[in-house]
Amino acid sequence: MKPAAFDYHRPETVEEAVALLAKYAPEDGRILAGGQSLVPTMAFRLARPGHLVDINGIDALDQIKLDGDALCIGACARHADFHKPVCAGPLGELLARVVRDIAHYPIRMRGTFCGSAAHADPASEWCLVAATLDATMVAVSTSGERLIPAAEFFETIMTTALAEDELLREVRIPTLAHDTHFGFEEFNRRAGDFAIAMALVTFRLEDGLMVDPHIGIGGAEDKPRRIAEAETSLAGKPPADAAFRTAAEVAAAAIDPMEDHTTSAGYRRGLVATLTRRALERASL
Amino acid sequence: MIKKMDINLTVNGRSHAVSVAPRKTLADVIREDCGQTGTHLGCEHGICGACTVIVDGAPVRSCLMFGVQADGAEIRTVEGLANGNELHPMQRAFTEHHALQCGYCTPGFLMLATSVLEREPDISDDDLLDVLSSNLCRCTGYVNIIKAVRAAAAEMKEG
Amino acid sequence: MATGTNRLLGHLGDSVPRLEDPPLITGKGRFVGDINFPDQLHMRIVRSPFAHGTIKSVDTAAAKAHPGVVAVWTSDDIADIPPIDFREGSNPALALFRQYALARDKVRYVGDPVAALFAEDAYTAEDAAELVVINVNELPVLLNADDPPQDFKDGYTTEAALVEQAYGDIENTFANAFKVVELDVKIGRHTGVPLECRGAVGRYDAARDIVELHGAAKVPHRNRETLCRMLDRPASGVHLYEGHTGGGFGIRGELYPEDVLVCAAAMRLDRPVKWIEDRQEHLMAANHSRQQRHIIRAAVAEDGEVLAFDDEIYLDQGGYIRTHGTRVANMTTGTLPGPYRIPNYRAVCHFRLTNKTPAATYRSPGRYETTFVRERLMDKIAVEMDMDPVALRRRNLISLEEMPYWRDLDVLGDSVEHDPGDYAGLLDQGLARVSWDELQAELAQRRDNGELVGAGLSMFFEKSGLGPSDGAKIFVDTTGHIEVVTGGASLGQGFETAMAQICAEDLGTDYRRIRVVHGRTDRIDYGVGAHASRATVLTGSAVSKTALKVREKALEVAAELLQTPAATLDITDGVIHAKDNPTGPSVTLGDVAAALAPAAPTRGDRDPYLAAEEWFNIEHQTYPYGHHIAVVKVDRETGEVKIEKYFIAYDIGRAINPMMIEGQLVGGLAQGIGGALYEEFTYDERGEPLSVTFMDYLLPTLREIPIPEILLTEDFPSIRTPLGIKGAGEAGITGAPAAIASAIDNAIGIPGAVTQMPMTPQRLKKIMDERLG
Repeated sequence: MKPAAFDYHRPETVEEAVALLAKYAPEDGRILAGGQSLVPTMAFRLARPGHLVDINGIDALDQIKLDGDALCIGACARHADFHKPVCAGPLGELLARVVRDIAHYPIRMRGTFCGSAAHADPASEWCLVAATLDATMVAVSTSGERLIPAAEFFETIMTTALAEDELLREVRIPTLAHDTHFGFEEFNRRAGDFAIAMALVTFRLEDGLMVDPHIGIGGAEDKPRRIAEAETSLAGKPPADAAFRTAAEVAAAAIDPMEDHTTSAGYRRGLVATLTRRALERASL
Repeated sequence: MIKKMDINLTVNGRSHAVSVAPRKTLADVIREDCGQTGTHLGCEHGICGACTVIVDGAPVRSCLMFGVQADGAEIRTVEGLANGNELHPMQRAFTEHHALQCGYCTPGFLMLATSVLEREPDISDDDLLDVLSSNLCRCTGYVNIIKAVRAAAAEMKEG
Repeated sequence: MATGTNRLLGHLGDSVPRLEDPPLITGKGRFVGDINFPDQLHMRIVRSPFAHGTIKSVDTAAAKAHPGVVAVWTSDDIADIPPIDFREGSNPALALFRQYALARDKVRYVGDPVAALFAEDAYTAEDAAELVVINVNELPVLLNADDPPQDFKDGYTTEAALVEQAYGDIENTFANAFKVVELDVKIGRHTGVPLECRGAVGRYDAARDIVELHGAAKVPHRNRETLCRMLDRPASGVHLYEGHTGGGFGIRGELYPEDVLVCAAAMRLDRPVKWIEDRQEHLMAANHSRQQRHIIRAAVAEDGEVLAFDDEIYLDQGGYIRTHGTRVANMTTGTLPGPYRIPNYRAVCHFRLTNKTPAATYRSPGRYETTFVRERLMDKIAVEMDMDPVALRRRNLISLEEMPYWRDLDVLGDSVEHDPGDYAGLLDQGLARVSWDELQAELAQRRDNGELVGAGLSMFFEKSGLGPSDGAKIFVDTTGHIEVVTGGASLGQGFETAMAQICAEDLGTDYRRIRVVHGRTDRIDYGVGAHASRATVLTGSAVSKTALKVREKALEVAAELLQTPAATLDITDGVIHAKDNPTGPSVTLGDVAAALAPAAPTRGDRDPYLAAEEWFNIEHQTYPYGHHIAVVKVDRETGEVKIEKYFIAYDIGRAINPMMIEGQLVGGLAQGIGGALYEEFTYDERGEPLSVTFMDYLLPTLREIPIPEILLTEDFPSIRTPLGIKGAGEAGITGAPAAIASAIDNAIGIPGAVTQMPMTPQRLKKIMDERLG
C-alpha cells in the first residue's frame, strides 16, 4: 500500500501555491494539507495525484480569528486547535464539542478544518458544521478570490464546487448569538469511526419558543445539509418532546439516505430520527 | 528516473541527511533510511496507530506523512524514550503492568501516551482513555495498557 | 506485580515481569519487517481480482520491462513445486483441494496468488505489479456453504469432505423424547487479524548450502519438513528462524504460498527475497475462519436431561484446503457436547469449498463456534422447558464424581477424556462472585424503569496440551547461567518467561538467569511449536522434566563436593546448600558446571557438562473449563450493544504466571467481543471482498472492551502433566459470544433473539423492530 509516484512542491506563499495549482491541476495536482484523508486514499492508490502542493509551510494559513461577526478558519488550522474553544460564546463551545468526535487525537494533530471541507466526505463533521451554520467558503486561484456559500459548496460525495485549480483558503462561520442552544449527536460503530449518521442543531429561545432553528444532517446523505422542513416544524414551538419528535420524524422522512452492503437506507433513516431528537434534547438542556 | 529529494531529519537528537522519493512515507524513511525499526507498520492507512511517532512535539501517524514533509523536523521515536540505560517511566510501567504481549503495537502506544501526557499533564482520566482509544492492540485487550499509562501518568506528574 | 523476597526469582505462581519485554519496549525487536539482507529483492504477489474462473493468460511483459524488476513468475515458472500439503500428513482424499504457490488453471478466490514479482524495492514492486494483467474466463461464484455443492475439479464437488462423529442411539432417542428443541445458528466469518501483517525473508546461504526462512512462526519444525519435501532438500539444508512475531492467533505461521515462494526465489534468483504483505492483502489472503451454520436439535427428557444432540453443520472453507485439512471440522464435531453429558450424539459437518479466502484455525477453533451453538441451544431448551437456564445446565453438567469422563469422540486424533474438574462447583463460585441472584433482581428493576439491560451465562470447555510429545535441552554454564532450548514458538504470549519460570522453580534459581531459545530449527531438531494452547503444557512439561534431571545431576555432584548426602541438599537462588544450613558450606550451579568440565578431575566418569535433554509424552490433551457472564445494555433505537460488566471463571490447574494468564484471558475476551459484535468478512454477489481495510473490518478499541473480573482457580491441576498446568490461550475467547448473546436476549426480553454473529446494531434493531414493535 505504497502510494504512486508524484512530484512534490512546497510553496511558501498562497500566491505560489495557487500558481502551482494552476500549472499542475490538469495533471491531477492536489493540495496537501493535513493529509489525514488524502494520504490513505493514496495508500490504496484510489488517488494518484501527479503533483502534491504542500501548503503546510505557508505561515499565513494557520490562523483562526474573529473578523467582525465571523470566525475565520485558515486552510492550515488543525482539528486539535479546536479542542479548547477558539472564541468566546456558543460557537467556540460547539466546535469544541464536535471536534471530540472527529477521528482520534493523533489525526487531529495534523488534519485540517479546511482540508476536511474540501475533501467533502459525507461523514465529515466539519462539513456538517459548515452546512448547518451557513458558512462561507473562500476559494482562491490565480484568477482571484471566490466566496461560495456552504449550501452550494457541497455537491455530492467527495465533490465540491471548487475548481481543480482552486485552494480553499478559509472558511468563515457566522458567530452564534450568545444565547444560542446547540446539540450534536453522532452514531458510529466504534470510538473515532466515521459517522454513519449525525445531527447538529441550533436554536434560540424567544419568549420560551424556539426561533431560528438550524437542523443539519450529515453522514446519511451524499452531502451534509440543513433540512428546511424539519426546521420549519420546529420554529415557534416550545422546546419539548413533542416538537422534537415531530422534527426528528420530518428530518428522517426528508432525507435520501445512502445505502451500502453494511448499512441499509432504512437503518440510516431510523438513525437520523433518533439522532435529531437526541441532539434537540441535548440542546435544550 | 526516480526524483529524490535531499532532506534532513533529526531523530532522537541525531541528524540524518537522507535522499528519498517524495512518496516515501515518514514511517518508511524512519525505518529504512534512518535505520530505526522500532516504529511499526500495522495498516498503512492511518487507523491502527502502530506507526505513531512524535513530530515537533505532537503525536502523529507516520504512515500518513511523507518523509519530505518532515524535513527539518525534530522526531522522537521509541528508540529515544529511554535515557541511556534508564527506562522512561512509560516503558517501566508497561513492563510492570504487563501491558504488552507481542509488542508490535507497543511503540505506537508508548509514543502516543508519552506525548499526550507531556502536552497535557493534567488531562482527565476520561480524556486520556479517549486518546488511548486511538490505537489498536490485538493481544492485550487494553486493560493493562490503561493501568500502565495511568501509573506512568502519576509518576510523570510527580517527576 | 511480584512481591516478597522469594517472588523475585520468578518461580511457579509468581507474576513476574516478562523476559521478553526489554527489546520490545525499547524498539529493539526484530520482527520480519525489520530483517534486511544486502542485495535483497522485494517480492510482491499479484492476486486474482476474480473470485472464480479459468486462467486464460497472465501478461507479464510490461511488468518485466519496468525498471527495477528482476523477474516475474507465474505457475509455469514453478511447475516443479507441488501444492502445499497438510501439516499432519498426506491425505489422498483431499489432495486435489490443495493450493499451489501460484494458481494453476483456475483462480478460486479474490486474492488468490497468480504471479510473483521481484524488484529492487517494495515501492517499485507495487508499481510494476499493477502492470501484470490476469485474463480470466469468469465462472459462477459459490458464496454460501449451505447452497448446493458445485463441481470443483475432476469429478470432485465442492463438498470436499463429510466429517461425522456420533455415539449412542439418535433415532430412538429423538423418537421417544419428551421434547425436541431446534435451533439454526450462524457464526460469521472472521479471523485473528494480528497487528503485524505476514512476512517472510528467504535467503540461500551458498557458503553453507542452506536455505533460510526468516520470519517463521508457530510451527517452524513442521514447516521445515514440508518445505524440504517441496523444495527437495534435506532437513539439514533448510532452516527456519523465528524472531519477534506480532501475534498469531492461529493464522500466522502456517505454511502459505508466499513462504514457499521466497525460499524458491532466493535459491533461483540467487538473492535474498523479502516479502511483507500489506493490510489489504492480509485481510483477503491470510487464513479466515469461523464461518459455520449449525442446524441443531436436542432431545430432552421431562426433567430437563438433554438426551441427545443432533447437529448438521455447514462449514465454509473458502477456495482451497490449506495446511489444516479438515481439522476444524474434527474439532467442531468433537467438542460440541462441551461440559454436558449428552448421552447420544451425532454431528455431521459438510466441509465445503466456496469462492472466498481459504479458512483454517483461529484461536479456539471449533470450540468458539460450538460453545456459541451449544449454549444458545441450552438457553432455548431452558425456555421451552420453562426451566431456569442455570438449573438446566446443572442438570446436565458432568459431575466431578464421573471424572475422568470418557466420550467416544475424537479431537485431533485423541479420544476425548475429560480430566477431573468440578464444572458445577466452579459455576457456584462464579455465580456467587457476581451475586447472580441479586444481579438478576437489579437488572429486572432497571428493565422495569425502561432500560434494556440483561445478563447472560455461557459454560465452556476448552482443550489444551496437544501432544504427543515434546522435548527440551538445558545447559548450565560455569557462571550459573542457563540456556533452555525448545522447539516451541513465541507469538507474543510470554512463552520464554513461562519456560524460564518452570526451569527456575525446578532448578532453584532466578528466572532472569535463564535464556529460552525457540523457533530455531538449527538449535533443536524437533518441536511442535506453539498452538492449541499447548506450549506451556507440553513444552513446559518437557522443560520441567529436563530441569529436574539437571537438578538431580547437580545435587549428585554437589553431594560429592560438599561431602553431604544429596537428599539433604537444596538449591536457593542458584546456590546448593544443606537444607538445614542455608548459610553454611555451599557450591553454586556454576561451580558444579565447572566441576563437570571435560578435563575437570572432579568429573570422574560422569558425562561432561551440567546439561540434559529429556522428552515428555502426554497421553491425552487436558480439558480445562470455566464460564463467562456478561451484562449488557442495548440501545432500543440504534441497536447498539454496550457491555457493562464481564466475568470470567477459569480453572487453570496450576498457574505459572497469573499476570500472564490474565493477560491471555483479557486478550482473548477482546477478540471474542470482536467476533460477537464487530468483526465480519463480507462479500458482494461477485465474490468481491468488502472488508479489506480497517475501516470496514472493525477491530475493537479500548472503548469497546470492558474491564473483566477474573476468577482464576487452581482447584484441579491437570492429571496429564507433572506440574498440573493447563493451557490458557483460548479460554478468554471461547465463552464470549454465547454469554453476550444470552445477555442481549435477556436485555431485550426476546428469548432466542440472537442466532447470528456478529450481532451488529443494524441486525439487532431489525430483530427488535420485528418482534417488539
